[in-house]
Amino acid sequence: MTEFLQALVIDRWAYVFTILLLSVGLYGLVMKKNLIKKLIGMNIFQTAVILFFIQQAYKHGGTVPIYDTTVGARPELYVNPLPHGLMLTAIVVSVATTGVALALLVLIHRRYETLNEDELLQKLRES
Amino acid sequence: MTWSQLPILTPVVLLVGATAVLLTGRIRPSLAHRLATATCASCFAIAIALAVQVHHHGPTHYALGGWSPPIGIELVADTLSVYFLLVITGIALLVMVGAAPAVERDTPGRSAEFFAISLIFLLGLSGIVLTGDLFNLYVFLEISSLSAYTLVSSGDERAGVAAFRYLIVGTIGASFYLLGLGFLYSVTGTLNMTDMAMRLDPAAIPVRLAAVMITVGLGLKMAIFPMHRWLPDAYTHASSTATALIAPIMTKVSAYVLIRILFFVFGTSMVSIDLPIAQAIMWLSVAGVLVGSTMAIAQTDLKRMLAYSSVAQVAYIGVGIGLATPLALAGALLHVISHATMKCCLFLVVGAVELQTGNRKLSSLSGIGRKMPWTFAAFTAAAVAMIGLPPTGGFFSKWYLVLGGMATGEWWVVIFVLGASLLTATYFFRLLESIYTRQSSELAPIKEAPLAVALPIVILGLAVILFGLFNSRILDLFLRDAMPPGLVISG
Repeated sequence: MTEFLQALVIDRWAYVFTILLLSVGLYGLVMKKNLIKKLIGMNIFQTAVILFFIQQAYKHGGTVPIYDTTVGARPELYVNPLPHGLMLTAIVVSVATTGVALALLVLIHRRYETLNEDELLQKLRES
Repeated sequence: MTWSQLPILTPVVLLVGATAVLLTGRIRPSLAHRLATATCASCFAIAIALAVQVHHHGPTHYALGGWSPPIGIELVADTLSVYFLLVITGIALLVMVGAAPAVERDTPGRSAEFFAISLIFLLGLSGIVLTGDLFNLYVFLEISSLSAYTLVSSGDERAGVAAFRYLIVGTIGASFYLLGLGFLYSVTGTLNMTDMAMRLDPAAIPVRLAAVMITVGLGLKMAIFPMHRWLPDAYTHASSTATALIAPIMTKVSAYVLIRILFFVFGTSMVSIDLPIAQAIMWLSVAGVLVGSTMAIAQTDLKRMLAYSSVAQVAYIGVGIGLATPLALAGALLHVISHATMKCCLFLVVGAVELQTGNRKLSSLSGIGRKMPWTFAAFTAAAVAMIGLPPTGGFFSKWYLVLGGMATGEWWVVIFVLGASLLTATYFFRLLESIYTRQSSELAPIKEAPLAVALPIVILGLAVILFGLFNSRILDLFLRDAMPPGLVISG
């Protein structure tokens, strides 16, 4: 058990951090009453997924994935560029999602003058 | 002659069409609708050409940018893809034809924007069914979802709240999918579906975790019980055209992704024998059918009733996926096309009724069947198909589902389908009774919907019956070839 914990904390601390971040995001998303805070929770959740991809690309002692004559054609000495490329796209998607979400929140606030979920449900029931 | 460029043509035409619609909307707003319809029509034509080609020459591959797979992204049109592409483009065309009056009423002055976003939405969906790359699929999934949130928000007063809830749930679903993909990528080092299917080790822990995460993510998008809570609100408060466009195809495409990944990438034996994923989907879907149908009975708003019945009908597809036998999967795929046509027909009728009466309460529909005879003849055909009576498409998809269940000794499927059909019959017969037999004086000035609105509805009503009569043709033309490796429809 202690060996397992040791392996988890020392060798894979970055993954543990990702899981913590995922949980923080999910907590904000489910438990927070303010819609803006829900949105922030969603963003933290997405960021955790992005970091998870980036961690896989990392190689200890690896360099920037641009061909370097002093290093030569040895793939084990370059970090993997593909997850970075993928996550650039994922960041764009997440920015677009946040933009649409903020626009919707402006729409909601203009109509109901609140962003608190309980008050919103109250007003929805009355109307 | 083979046209290897056909797969990329649908997304490109839609993208160019969306831009052109937006620009013409600034200059001549009246042209925007015609241009959008023309774009959808050409996409439907491309889909037919692609289907003919795939039928004669087998799967068509297209390497994007000339980068050969598995390094580059490839588009793959096989029988399963073109089947879904035909459903998407066909439904889109029929919705577009009669959309102008309803869109102009729901989003006055903004109809060009509405049509442009609809085309982007279709671009996302057609990309999902055509791509052979798992990350590319995520991007297309988010393109279609983002435009769906926007389309939903174009509806009535409460649409903003419904769209926001849909956005949160949809994004979490997509993030779960991406997380699962991260696990798969770290184990196999590839994103190409065929390549990954060869490299996967079904016994590895990360692969199993990935399978669970991807299933949960897609389950959220597909609204499998108990992840269906976003759906009724989104469908009820969206504008009638948006609902008619999103409801028939959005959840079906999520089902497509589930079929593609579970059976083609992970493999049938892994998801149904090594891990109980298929069984989990099956039992949740069974619960979904019962809960959706029961909730539908309790509704007083026509649109909301249909939204809950969507939860139930999509769950039938889940039952077919979960049973994981050839005939059950054929039933699920047949239900995709029959449910898409009947749900599209029903939601278009709701739109037509709203257009003519400005109301969609169930109580106000008394006697309307005589005022709008053509529209409600189609409505009746679609309602009969929803209940699952022969000779409609709805009957045969459930029939194959039952056959597929009995093939593996799952006799409860018979009782389940019968019971669920009774629940469906409860709310539709009550509705049909009030539509046709009761009299109401308030309806006196109401006339039949304009031709452009009524025509697609009647075509869909006919299609519901034709798909039932020619179900064996669909089975022979598409479904036999669309089966995943290891599952063969005998006989």
